[in-house]
Amino acid sequence: MSSILIFEQILNGLQFGVMLFLMAAGLTLIFGVMGLINLAHGSLYMVGAFAAAAVAGATGSFFAGLVAALAAAALAGAIIEIGIIRRLYDAPHLDQVLATFALILIFSEGTRWVFGSFPLFLNIPQGLSGPVSLPGGIEYPLYRLFLILMGIAIAGGLWLLIERTRIGIQIRAGENDREMIAALGVDISKLYTLVFALGAALAGLAGALVGAIQSVQVGMGEPVLILAFVVIVIGGIGSIRGAFIGALLVGLTDTLGGVFLPELFKLFMDSGAAQKSGSAIASMGIYILMGLVLIWRPTGLFGARA
Amino acid sequence: MKFEERYLNLFVLVGLLLLPIWAQAMDEPFTITLATRAVILALAAVGLNLALGIGGMVSFGHAVFFGIGGYAMGILAYHAQTYTTLSLGLFETGGTNSMPVIWLVAMLLSGAVAFVIGLLSLRTSGVYFIMITLAFGQMFYYFAISWAQYGGEDGLSIYVRNGFPGLNTLVPIEFFGICFVLLCVTLVLFARLQSSPFGLALNAARQSKSRVAAVGLNPTRVKLLAFVLSGAVTGLAGALFADLNRFVSPTMFSWQLSGELIVLIIIGGVGRLMGPVIGACVFVALEHFLGEITDFWHVSLGIILLCIVLFGRGGLIGLITGKEGAHV
Amino acid sequence: MKKCFLAATAAALFATGALAEVKVGMITTLSGGGAGLGIDVRDGFMLAIAQSGRDNIEVVIEDDQRKPDIAVQLSDKMIQSERVDVMTGIIWSNLAMAVVPAAVNQNVFYLSPNAGPSALAGQGCHQNYFNVAWQNDNLHEAAGAYANNAGYKNTFIMAPNYPAGTDALTGYKRFFSGDLAGEVYTELGQTDYAAEIAQIRASDADSVFFFLPGGMGISFLKQYADSGIDLPVVGPAFSFDQGILQAVGDAALGVVNTSQWNKDIDNPTNAAFVESFQAEYGRLPSLYASQGFDTANLLLSALEKADPSDADAFREALRAADFDSTRGEFAFGQNHHPVQTIYAREVVKEGDVFTNKIIGPALENHSDAYAADCKM
Repeated sequence: MSSILIFEQILNGLQFGVMLFLMAAGLTLIFGVMGLINLAHGSLYMVGAFAAAAVAGATGSFFAGLVAALAAAALAGAIIEIGIIRRLYDAPHLDQVLATFALILIFSEGTRWVFGSFPLFLNIPQGLSGPVSLPGGIEYPLYRLFLILMGIAIAGGLWLLIERTRIGIQIRAGENDREMIAALGVDISKLYTLVFALGAALAGLAGALVGAIQSVQVGMGEPVLILAFVVIVIGGIGSIRGAFIGALLVGLTDTLGGVFLPELFKLFMDSGAAQKSGSAIASMGIYILMGLVLIWRPTGLFGARA
Repeated sequence: MKFEERYLNLFVLVGLLLLPIWAQAMDEPFTITLATRAVILALAAVGLNLALGIGGMVSFGHAVFFGIGGYAMGILAYHAQTYTTLSLGLFETGGTNSMPVIWLVAMLLSGAVAFVIGLLSLRTSGVYFIMITLAFGQMFYYFAISWAQYGGEDGLSIYVRNGFPGLNTLVPIEFFGICFVLLCVTLVLFARLQSSPFGLALNAARQSKSRVAAVGLNPTRVKLLAFVLSGAVTGLAGALFADLNRFVSPTMFSWQLSGELIVLIIIGGVGRLMGPVIGACVFVALEHFLGEITDFWHVSLGIILLCIVLFGRGGLIGLITGKEGAHV
Repeated sequence: MKKCFLAATAAALFATGALAEVKVGMITTLSGGGAGLGIDVRDGFMLAIAQSGRDNIEVVIEDDQRKPDIAVQLSDKMIQSERVDVMTGIIWSNLAMAVVPAAVNQNVFYLSPNAGPSALAGQGCHQNYFNVAWQNDNLHEAAGAYANNAGYKNTFIMAPNYPAGTDALTGYKRFFSGDLAGEVYTELGQTDYAAEIAQIRASDADSVFFFLPGGMGISFLKQYADSGIDLPVVGPAFSFDQGILQAVGDAALGVVNTSQWNKDIDNPTNAAFVESFQAEYGRLPSLYASQGFDTANLLLSALEKADPSDADAFREALRAADFDSTRGEFAFGQNHHPVQTIYAREVVKEGDVFTNKIIGPALENHSDAYAADCKM
């Protein structure tokens, strides 16, 4: 196996990781600030992808689609926060699980009602399509490089927002002591709606960005949701930094495991059997990683010590 | 109108028994099949309720035990039907078609797996516990999908239901009877356990670990034992479910199934004796009747579930009896 | 008086056996991710029933949600409560495996409009089970045969790690005579194929064969087109049917895929089907819709000759397959699976719509590899 291939696979793992980060960041913020387990986060991802596909289809502009994805997901997030989620902050985790599970059902079938049962079309914009040559003779799709840069830029922006702005101070305060910040005169319900909408917008953006190279279809959010949960649990719930590291770990484990485990198994099995058992174990890889991390550090890599 | 919970419980059980008898008289065998499905799902959820309701362990991976029960049935019956041997390293067996043997194997296996999963998972708590149990569930799911020997994703068909001495299990009402009796026995044991010293210790371990530790008990050990029992009961339900469908597949391991078991408990009422039973009846009924009305029945189901959360704290039992349920 | 009248009508009804009420149970996927396929089969089937003008056929339609356990219960309901004579509709092989063996053993006829698992074609075949679509391996075998004709010598092959995926690669290898540049099993439901595409790039393949049904295929094709690799791609029709082509877009243009049906197969039945389907539902039919339509017409042709209550006569009538198929010639092999021509077709753009055009036959009068194992 050549070093070029290995490097290319590492880039692929990174790209997968930063996209997972966009999903996980919102999830971990919402949990950290409001203490809410939001199973419907994957639905917001789907809303973003569908909005982008619909608007890009109508206007012919991919970037108009991205804006629409951000707006639609943020709006959907704000609506469900004000209408439903707000009543659940003091409820036990179980009620939150059930309510947001119900929201998944409503969002998925509702989307199918509006857009039909067939996948929608969303493509990479002209300017970003095709491969580029990287140093060392690697041919790599430009759009995937764009995704990596986009993900890192958003991670940086989030860091600035949380560390350097007034809202960020309120968010951090909210994570530490909810009663206290209400007592200090911060409009806590506005802050909650804002955080929820921000998380939703990030999920919607991820849906639109990834939708361009995948299939925009009903139910696309659930597999990503499960992965995003794995990410935030590995990183430590509530920690943006943890989500970033966790996302990269999961992205790299999944991509590299799928490629190298079968190769490894070929050393002591025949090719077909090695392929099958290697990819079977690789598909369990990230869950094994998560189990190991939790057994080693029960609150994740960067979680608050309980 | 406020009801005593005891009378409500009795009312539900008698209703659940009378429905199939009525269906038998009216020659509506499918209603019996539906009732059997409700009883089996209820049994699985009673198992989960032991861990979740009393012990406060929100397991998002109970489908593991359901699936192990199912595959225990599938594999034993498969070898018995095809007259092949199942080699387990140390000893060999030709499989079996006998329900009681299958139940025993299903409970032992799922209990053993619950012991390992519990041992590792109980190092964490809260949301981390939810997620690590989910992770174990996914591991089993992906393993079953690629387990080509027993059908992989296609699953394994068992064309004839396994036997029970003295009964013809292929007759819907007789199979219902078996499941119903098992559910009742489990409910009695559950009620006994709830008021036993072990149950009280488990209840206390949910509310405050340190208080349990202060009276000289090891809270983690108490919880682990409850988790093992819980897994074994859900495993038994899995074996029955596989026999109901005469079929097992990796979907029995899916996270959606784990989620549905939790939903059943919440609908009925967390930590209540009959919560899972009422939840399962309501869920199966909704699934059946809403599906007849519209293709988009998931939307209506979602709205009904939302209403239960927002307006019915303590589940349906809480709503009817006017008492809130346990807090988890 | 009234009683007499009723009895007389009843007697009249029984006298004309072929006109008695027939009950058909359809279990198919109408909600969730795979709903598009089930809806197409249902719509094609119901179109044929409506066109027959018969009002004594009752079709009971139920949604299996793509869950095997739900499908089994619905099948119990169809047989125990509805007491249907004939069942049909299942899309997925794993659901078919859960339902069909039990159903046909309870003396119900099952006509498969889509799934054709190998277990039901070989040793597990049954006299009451008829497959109107294909045996699962067929389209992949045709892809292998096409690759030989096209002169490919070294193919990179890929499918998800589940039984139908294994069957796909086996089917391709059964007919392909060149070498394999690589053989990869992906995760079921996988959405990102960057890693596999990198492996294709690093291999010395001269062509790529893949079986990735539904959304998986959409993702792969978009990413492959963007990777700049220009090796030719071959696949079965499942990633190129009318329902999903629009979502793949330009990335699918020119790709060769294998199918037993296409909308430009030149026969009057097919032309009428394509036109009436479009008029009724406002969209182009897919291969699933054609299979639903053919299944219903097979059923109708058998009902003309015999009543399902006379099982032996009805079975003979089905076996004769005396109906006008949208595929042209249609006949059953001895294991009740089609013996048919499978075409290579190419994705083209007609106006704004992506669709397929036939290049030529890949395998003619093709049966399946399991027929010899079937003792009926």
